[in-house]
Amino acid sequence: MCEGVKPSFLPVRDYLIGVDIVETSSSGRDAALLPRPFLKWFADKGWQPRAHQLELLSRATAGESVLLIAPTGAGKTLAGFLPSLTDLTRRGKIPPGSAFTGIHTLYVSPLKALTVDIERNLMKPVTEMGLAVTIENRTGDTPQAKRQRQKLNPPDILLTTPEQVALLLANKEAERFFKDLKYVVLDELHSLVTSKRGHLLSLGLARLRRHAPALQTIGLSATVSDPMDLQRWLVPQGEDPAPPAGLVHVTGGAAPDITIMKTEDRIPWSGHVSTYAMPEVYEEIKRHKTTLIFVNTRFQAELLFQTLWTINEDNLPIALHHGSLDVGQRRKVEAAMAANKLRAIVATSTLDMGIDWGDVDLVVHVGAPKGASRLAQRIGRSNHRMDEPSKAILVPANRFEVMECQAALDANYLGAQDTPPVGEGALDVLAQHVLGMACAEPFDPLELYEEIISASPYADLSWEMFERIVDFVATGGYALRSYERYAKIRKTKEGRWRVSNPQVAQQYRLNLGTIVEATELNVRLVRRGANGALGRGGMSLGKVEEYFLEQLVQGDTFLFAGKVLRFEGIRENECLVSNAFSLDPKIPAYAGGKFPLSTYLADQVRGMLADPDRWQKLPDQVRDWLNIQLERSMLPKKDELLIETFPRGKRFFMIAYCFEGRLAHQTLGMLLTRRLERAGARPLGFVATDYSLAVWGLNDIGAMIKADRLSLSDLFDEDMLGDDLEAWLNESYMLKRTFRNCAVISGLIERRHPGKEKTGRQVTVSTDLIYDVLRSHEPDHVLLEATRRDAASGLLDLSRLGDMLKRIRGHITHRDLDRVSPLAVPIMLEIGKESVPGEAHDAVLEEAAEELIAEALS
Amino acid sequence: MPAAPWEDIELMHRLGLAARTLSMTDAASGAEEIIVNGVLAVCDPLGGLYLPETGTLVVSDLHLEKGAAFARRGIMLPPYDTVATLNILSAVITRYDPKLVISLGDNFHDRKGSKYLAPELRALIAGMARGRDWIWINGNHDPDGTVDLPGSCADELIYGGLVFRHEPSLISGKGEIAGHLHPLATVRRREKSVRRPCFASDGSRLLMPAFGVLAGGLDLRHQAMHGLFDREKLVAHLLGRDRIYSVRYTNLTA
Repeated sequence: MCEGVKPSFLPVRDYLIGVDIVETSSSGRDAALLPRPFLKWFADKGWQPRAHQLELLSRATAGESVLLIAPTGAGKTLAGFLPSLTDLTRRGKIPPGSAFTGIHTLYVSPLKALTVDIERNLMKPVTEMGLAVTIENRTGDTPQAKRQRQKLNPPDILLTTPEQVALLLANKEAERFFKDLKYVVLDELHSLVTSKRGHLLSLGLARLRRHAPALQTIGLSATVSDPMDLQRWLVPQGEDPAPPAGLVHVTGGAAPDITIMKTEDRIPWSGHVSTYAMPEVYEEIKRHKTTLIFVNTRFQAELLFQTLWTINEDNLPIALHHGSLDVGQRRKVEAAMAANKLRAIVATSTLDMGIDWGDVDLVVHVGAPKGASRLAQRIGRSNHRMDEPSKAILVPANRFEVMECQAALDANYLGAQDTPPVGEGALDVLAQHVLGMACAEPFDPLELYEEIISASPYADLSWEMFERIVDFVATGGYALRSYERYAKIRKTKEGRWRVSNPQVAQQYRLNLGTIVEATELNVRLVRRGANGALGRGGMSLGKVEEYFLEQLVQGDTFLFAGKVLRFEGIRENECLVSNAFSLDPKIPAYAGGKFPLSTYLADQVRGMLADPDRWQKLPDQVRDWLNIQLERSMLPKKDELLIETFPRGKRFFMIAYCFEGRLAHQTLGMLLTRRLERAGARPLGFVATDYSLAVWGLNDIGAMIKADRLSLSDLFDEDMLGDDLEAWLNESYMLKRTFRNCAVISGLIERRHPGKEKTGRQVTVSTDLIYDVLRSHEPDHVLLEATRRDAASGLLDLSRLGDMLKRIRGHITHRDLDRVSPLAVPIMLEIGKESVPGEAHDAVLEEAAEELIAEALS
Repeated sequence: MPAAPWEDIELMHRLGLAARTLSMTDAASGAEEIIVNGVLAVCDPLGGLYLPETGTLVVSDLHLEKGAAFARRGIMLPPYDTVATLNILSAVITRYDPKLVISLGDNFHDRKGSKYLAPELRALIAGMARGRDWIWINGNHDPDGTVDLPGSCADELIYGGLVFRHEPSLISGKGEIAGHLHPLATVRRREKSVRRPCFASDGSRLLMPAFGVLAGGLDLRHQAMHGLFDREKLVAHLLGRDRIYSVRYTNLTA
């Protein structure tokens, strides 16, 4: 996610890098393709355009849309802009008094900061070459006056984000603004397309094509598993799809130097934090100029940062960076980083993407990377030059992660990729887009439908579903048609849909976007006065999710912003904390991995388990562990599902080693306990990790299987995804979270605008209550359908579970043991650490109520 | 209801319980008897308060037509909230067959609600009111009273040793039954915390849970609740799946 961000006009030595698509020397072609100022500029600098830059330029000039896939430091961004810059140079300055000219090139990136960076980096050569090209950015931070001016007098190249594109398109002047559009450059395309923002952008692109039918797209991407997905994404689909965009693929670059951290200490059996290895990590920091330490979650970041500082005897400047920290603090850290003032920085994925940070010469990845591509992208942070190998050290948090790291390591050398597929376009995003299009101008439903299915994520959208979405936008789409008189959009006599009043358009603008933040409260550090009263004011430390605060009572201590804090209470919209003067936070933060294990890595780990030859690379402790497992029980073959059963305490356990990621395992756990309940096994609970699932109950599950009273093939039959799933979903709390996002994105409810709740200008309503009312009165409502679709691919990971059930059919092996096996230890240690939400709520109430009864009776 | 952070609460329990009550498959009410200002009161898990001595049923903060009120402003909430709330009301009326029903204010979510109420919903209310008295106490959301509905409207009512008003009085709460604040209580035991709507009473005053299905709520610890109760005597009677759970305020968090 980090490649080619900074346009690299690199010294000559860089063209030595292998480019597998064209000849390296091409001076004859340069002259034909590049206008004089470019040739002169390159010559003056002693640089040469790279082969892939020229290849892209020549194909784009010939009228093709192009996808450029290139690794870090290949000069991807310059390549992306060369067609625009050369075309604009040939066009020359527009004489004053000419007719209105719209923008020539639209550049879209997922990050605001990136557009600013690109503007700065593009302006430099443009100024040096003396080109008559205007370049401006437009983001949420752009002042109103400048935006207004941009509409009247657009720049040649506009740098912006997907949300701003949607805003511009929902405007009445969109057609005028975009009619001259020639190129759309899409940066970090691989990360955009798999998200709802990508869905929104694909719809925007379809609309842009309507305003400027001849426009060409240029996609810039890191390596992906299926480039054809993106090549199709870049061109119109639908009934008469265009040929896929051309592909320019740059390979090469030095192979990264990655190792797994060797430790003297014992590698933990379970858990997610690698505090055990921090002394070794500290030694590495001392040995390198600047070390970037990547972790998967904010809590890992907090904990490791604190651990490092307790052993930081040399007082090295080590900083912390994660998305919940106060913006001011983050900017300070970033500035220090860019100025090479830091020796190490502990960071979450907020640093994944984007901008160059100083001279990083080592990346330490703590915890398993969970995906091979993610690892490759993070490692790319160090040494942003293709010809020098990046250096990285992986620090697994537990024994399974050792195997996962080894698998990822093999993958990175092999260049294997496990980026997720583009997927089907989300319905909530579609609803938002439909309203936006009505805000732009009254739309003809058939025309808009054709336009929408030309966007690749929506190519398979049915007309019926489109109609339901339009109905949803107009009146909520309820079977009980009681809101007709309040409709947001109405059909005119000519059969076009138009917005009912200007407030609707205003509402649309306020609620636009596909990122729904969890409700967060500002964390403010206050002092306790001598009389115990809390002071006002104090420093803002950042934001923390409301759900986390809900579990705290006054006096609880927790880690945040690198400090141990004491929770004092909530005042208005702020969480008040004081310094705890202790090193031992009381509330253990949830430290589970944020990303589930990728299918590809899971496959690799299964392969490794099944093949003792591959254990040579593993540390002794891990190898011994696997060997003892072989003696006591067995290890499953690659496509085999191993089920172990054993008694422990007064419970009977069943462990399934599925290796399909925590989300899929959680879903499987919910469904299996239902089935075991019916089979009379009296299950009590389950716990899921990325690697396995443990279910326990009061009856001897192993004995039931052996006596044929319980059939494993029936238990794991695919039909659990039918009625059982339906029944469970109807009670599930998981869907409520998904529903909330869908409700906001689709425009059913208004976004919470921080600060506005306080003044009462905005009234919110609980989406959980809406969900319950809707589900009990209209279970097949389109928004519930959208929620189920989202959950199936997201929180529940149903497709993956389905694939697994298919794969293991006929390959289930059962081992009934008399005690816990070595392989089961990691998951057994997780029991009790994590509880399943929504279970046994009334039992808690009963317990509390009995205390009152006891009090009354005593 | 003051502007405050909204809490997510469990609704399906009440919807399910109402359905079971109406189909008469659930005989036990799970209710809890308490004394408020010397008057016997029954807290029902459906969210109503029954006063056997006078045959009075109290419900509060129905917020009928909340969906429609939002729809008028372009936010198309499901149009089923009114019928869902009335179904629960119907269940609790069936259970106690009261002589008098007092709806304790914020009966409708906005001033237009009762005027634009659909005829079939109006008929539902008329059916429930048949053969009994009905008093609509005015709330801050609907201060003008109801339009074309059975019963009468009042700002306040003194009856049977109790005072019925929408907003709790800041001067004296003795013998007061009030609504407005939508109280919720959070019980914490071990690692789990459970939040439910509740009746809140210190034996002198009682605060009603919100009855409307889209009403949301406010935790008893919220500053808006300060000064209303003698906290040493305060008990939260939480609405559980099929019964009331009574927990002392000082004991909510073990």
